[in-house]
Amino acid sequence: MRADLEIIQQWVRPGHHVLDLGCGDGTLLDFLQRERSATGFGLEINPDHITTCMGRGVRVIEQNLDSHGLDNFDDGMFDIVLMTQALQAVRRPDKVIDEMLRVGREGIVTFPNFAHWRLRWGLALSGRMPESDALPYKWYNTPNIRLCTFKDFEALCRQKGIRIKSRRVVDGQHQNSWLARLWPNLLGEIAIYRISRET
Amino acid sequence: MPDSLPSDSVGLVTPKTIHFDVPLELSCGQSLERYDLMVETYGKLNADASNAVLICHALSGHHHAAGYHSLDDRKPGWWDSCIGPGKPIDTNRFFVVSLNNLGGCHGSTGPNSNNPETGKPYGPDFPVLTVADWVASQARLADHLGIQQWAAVVGGSLGGMQALQWSLDYPDRLRHSVVIASTPRLTAQNIAFNEVARQAITSDREFFEGRYYDENLVPKRGLMLARMVGHITYLSDASMGEKFGRELREEAYKFGFGAEFQVESYLRYQGERFSETFDANTYLLMTRALDYFDPAYEFGGDLSKALAPATCEYLVLSFSTDWRFSPARSEEMVDAMISARKRVSYAEIDAPWGHDAFLIPTPRYTDIFTAYMDRVAREVGA
Repeated sequence: MRADLEIIQQWVRPGHHVLDLGCGDGTLLDFLQRERSATGFGLEINPDHITTCMGRGVRVIEQNLDSHGLDNFDDGMFDIVLMTQALQAVRRPDKVIDEMLRVGREGIVTFPNFAHWRLRWGLALSGRMPESDALPYKWYNTPNIRLCTFKDFEALCRQKGIRIKSRRVVDGQHQNSWLARLWPNLLGEIAIYRISRET
Repeated sequence: MPDSLPSDSVGLVTPKTIHFDVPLELSCGQSLERYDLMVETYGKLNADASNAVLICHALSGHHHAAGYHSLDDRKPGWWDSCIGPGKPIDTNRFFVVSLNNLGGCHGSTGPNSNNPETGKPYGPDFPVLTVADWVASQARLADHLGIQQWAAVVGGSLGGMQALQWSLDYPDRLRHSVVIASTPRLTAQNIAFNEVARQAITSDREFFEGRYYDENLVPKRGLMLARMVGHITYLSDASMGEKFGRELREEAYKFGFGAEFQVESYLRYQGERFSETFDANTYLLMTRALDYFDPAYEFGGDLSKALAPATCEYLVLSFSTDWRFSPARSEEMVDAMISARKRVSYAEIDAPWGHDAFLIPTPRYTDIFTAYMDRVAREVGA
């Protein structure tokens, strides 16, 4: 099992109502539906992903976060709102985080760390925008328009009064690594944050 | 005429009249003592009767949704693109039921049927029906066919309204409701177009207050105009532009008022053909059923409250250029379903053909519809 799924599913209780922002082909929701009897929806805009979701029994709504937001969801209607590897691709991540914690009691966010040593090293040595397994695009065609580091994200949470309930740091293959735990902002490639407004 | 029937066709089909003689109470307060429904079925009902799919037709539709009545037919049924072996509603797996709704003019009891009380056609005495009345009559049909629960109830446009109504009135009797290019209620603009169509019919001198059958006449002119204005709302500006543009039938302007532009002659042709096959009173009745449809009405306009009884899963599809029932109308429905904690999936399909897009197989539409119905089939072991 993918390490991120393993970690995320520990935070989802049986029967939880879940919203997955940018749910892709529905792998995560399908997993949570089967393993945790979770209910809920994914939001997605990629036509092929939407078709795949529908075929596998994952409820999916075609909805663009940038243009539509989450206006159509009621306050607190979800137990958990997930956003895996999509935060860096929305126009206003700060507003999306606010909305996540409006419609859900808890948020789970994963994103690539722009301060990983290989990216820092690449930029420092070549003077070109870095590319990696987690960020395989050119600067001009990347969907990742709002890259940040773990430290940036945590500063934003502090500023908004959002509590970070847990953080797990993994490598590009979503594997746990003791090195990444030791010095996350330098050695971690992907972080999985569990956030909440509750105290 | 097809030389031979395509391999993905349900083939030659024969409609069947089913008679009901338990009175049906209607929304208007009247009841129909007895009535007939004209029905076609495709595929085989499985042993536990779990693989049945009901097709609900739109304004001018009928029971003949797929296949051919004879080898001389020029065209197959109206939704042949989606119903057949290997098609989205796969007749190798599903038992598909399609009917002409009550009040229709293709074999089911309607204004042009004989009123047993007078021995003459009902005409304007035929009760005004609602979507809920149709659904009630379809439930009787399900009883008759031994179907306790539909795997899915599927419909486009007015058919989608029936699929939605099913989920509210008989929540235990369907697993999935597939609502395509539809709306939870008509807008003022929608009703306005219907009113123009009705005025065209009722102001035709040959309408005779709806008793034109007694005069052996048909308000052809009115029906033709009604269809012309309706037809405009089924297409998009872009698709009309692409099909006709400003093309003239002959090379130069004639400085008169005949059908000089191709689009004029197309509309006239469509209107004329329609007026030869459709009943004017049925057209009035169907448009009124559209106007009245508003399940949220009894709940202070709150659709999510109206949805409370529903237990089925929904698939809602809209089309980008549909301005009759635009994607925003479908999204209203989806938002209410989300708010009511219902299971729903939604996609807006990019297609240039306006409202008519639900009848035209585009790759994305076919892919989504196929994927969803495949899952429905797996769920019921079909």
